[in-house]
Amino acid sequence: MIAYIQGNQARILSDLGQHVWLSLLPVLVGVVLALPAGYLTVRYRWLYQPVVNLGGILYSVPSLALFVVIPAIIPVGTLSPLNIVVALSVYSFALLARTVADALISVQGETTWAAAAMGFRPLRQLFGVELPMALPVMMAGLRVATVSNISLVSVGAIIGVGGLGDLFTRGLQLSYLAPIIVGIVLSVLLAAVCDSGIVLVQRWLTPWTRAGAR
Amino acid sequence: MITFDAVTKAFPGGNVAVDNLSLELPTGQITVFVGPSGCGKTTSLRMINRTIEPTSGTISIDGEDVTSQDAALLRRRIGYVIQHAGLFPHRTVADNIATVPLLNGVNKAQAREQARELLTRVGLDESLASRYPAQLSGGQQQRVGVARALAADPPVMLMDEPFSAVDPIVRDGLQREFLRLQSELGKTIAFVTHDIDEAIKLGDRVAIFREGGHLAQVGSPQDLLDDPADEFVADFVGRDRGFRALSFITAEKLEVEQVSAYVDRARGASLVLDDTGRPTGWSVDGQEVLRALPGTFTTRDALRLVTDLAITSPAGAAVRVDEAGVADGVVAHEAIARHLTALRRETER
Repeated sequence: MIAYIQGNQARILSDLGQHVWLSLLPVLVGVVLALPAGYLTVRYRWLYQPVVNLGGILYSVPSLALFVVIPAIIPVGTLSPLNIVVALSVYSFALLARTVADALISVQGETTWAAAAMGFRPLRQLFGVELPMALPVMMAGLRVATVSNISLVSVGAIIGVGGLGDLFTRGLQLSYLAPIIVGIVLSVLLAAVCDSGIVLVQRWLTPWTRAGAR
Repeated sequence: MITFDAVTKAFPGGNVAVDNLSLELPTGQITVFVGPSGCGKTTSLRMINRTIEPTSGTISIDGEDVTSQDAALLRRRIGYVIQHAGLFPHRTVADNIATVPLLNGVNKAQAREQARELLTRVGLDESLASRYPAQLSGGQQQRVGVARALAADPPVMLMDEPFSAVDPIVRDGLQREFLRLQSELGKTIAFVTHDIDEAIKLGDRVAIFREGGHLAQVGSPQDLLDDPADEFVADFVGRDRGFRALSFITAEKLEVEQVSAYVDRARGASLVLDDTGRPTGWSVDGQEVLRALPGTFTTRDALRLVTDLAITSPAGAAVRVDEAGVADGVVAHEAIARHLTALRRETER
């Protein structure tokens, strides 16, 4: 085991590196797309159900199928890392669009009414009042999307771009347990580190949630 | 002055919330909109800052039609206080108060400094400035809500049931503080409540609305109590309106008995004073144990208070004090009744 790690250090580190950007870049893309989509569902309530349904359908498409379908729709190679990024972005968007919509809708009420009545314009109200108030719920969604992406990336190993997932295929091919264990441990550690990172950022961004009762 | 001229608001579906309302809210005074739920009082209030747009008619502030102005800029010149304060949970108390100045582009340091001054003004400690709203009591939040509405020094304030979500004791304090503030600031205020007692206590003028968005009567609180326009108003101001009317007569001409002479033989009660002559309580049946005084009154207080004190006192009498709090007279409820009878004869003459 230790011998395996020592002998394959460079390989393991590059797999880990690939895993990091393959899982986190799609989260970023998902956030960038989900924010305006979520906002539109608040502005035009009739959009809510279609957006939620679309998210549900997208999320239920098997990842393998997505890897095949995406190159047919947009010009990326089936075996390109970009294919994985696009597929995982779709999942992130599916998860986050609903979270953002629900979070923004849940903060509508007396406070947003008061904001409008005091002379906030819509865009400033969104960034100054609604988004900050919706942060705790949105961050919870972000944690789910991030951790789920980190676990999903491994599936990319099937088409040869799987970050730590490549360690699994290698282990299976060689009937050798060490790379599989290293892959699992690093995946779980990465998920734990990213999750804790988001929690820390959230604590820093939302000090008022800990102000608590008198 | 805020003027409603033939204002009607019909919601989609045909529900008429406000029907042909014409009303003037004088500058520097508190006009209270009161009525049962569904009478259009809140809709009327919200049309002033265009959070609801009228279907027809015009609302103007100092002669300027509100619909001719940019809605956001109009609203920044109109203070707004709502029932549960509606504070921003993610902003500190100081930043909540500074909301409108910050919208107007005042720099942060200056806006926060001013927010601290306003905290003191509404009777809160400056140390609360860095707290979040969740760390304040309901009454404190409501005061912050008032401070936030005052921050840009708007000439007009809209208050939508601002004190109805707090308990009666806190509410009483808030109302008193509000009247004190208003006596200093002289804002033009539209105030919505469903509580006729609150309307009579706070209003310079009271507009009573009835279901369907009709104005039933508008006038000073005393006008409404003395001379209700119809049965609806009479019913709304209540069966005990005679008692409420005592709020407008001061105890100035009420005759009192000498304190030193006051021992009510019938009830066996006597007034106990401390060394400086301030009343401390009633001694009943010659016992050492004092029965608490329900309160005292001065010549400036209303007969309603005096009557209440006399009724609730263990001795059946209210104690008058001077400016220094020294007891200078006692009046039994029988004497109050005689005084009221004399007053009625005087008005009938």
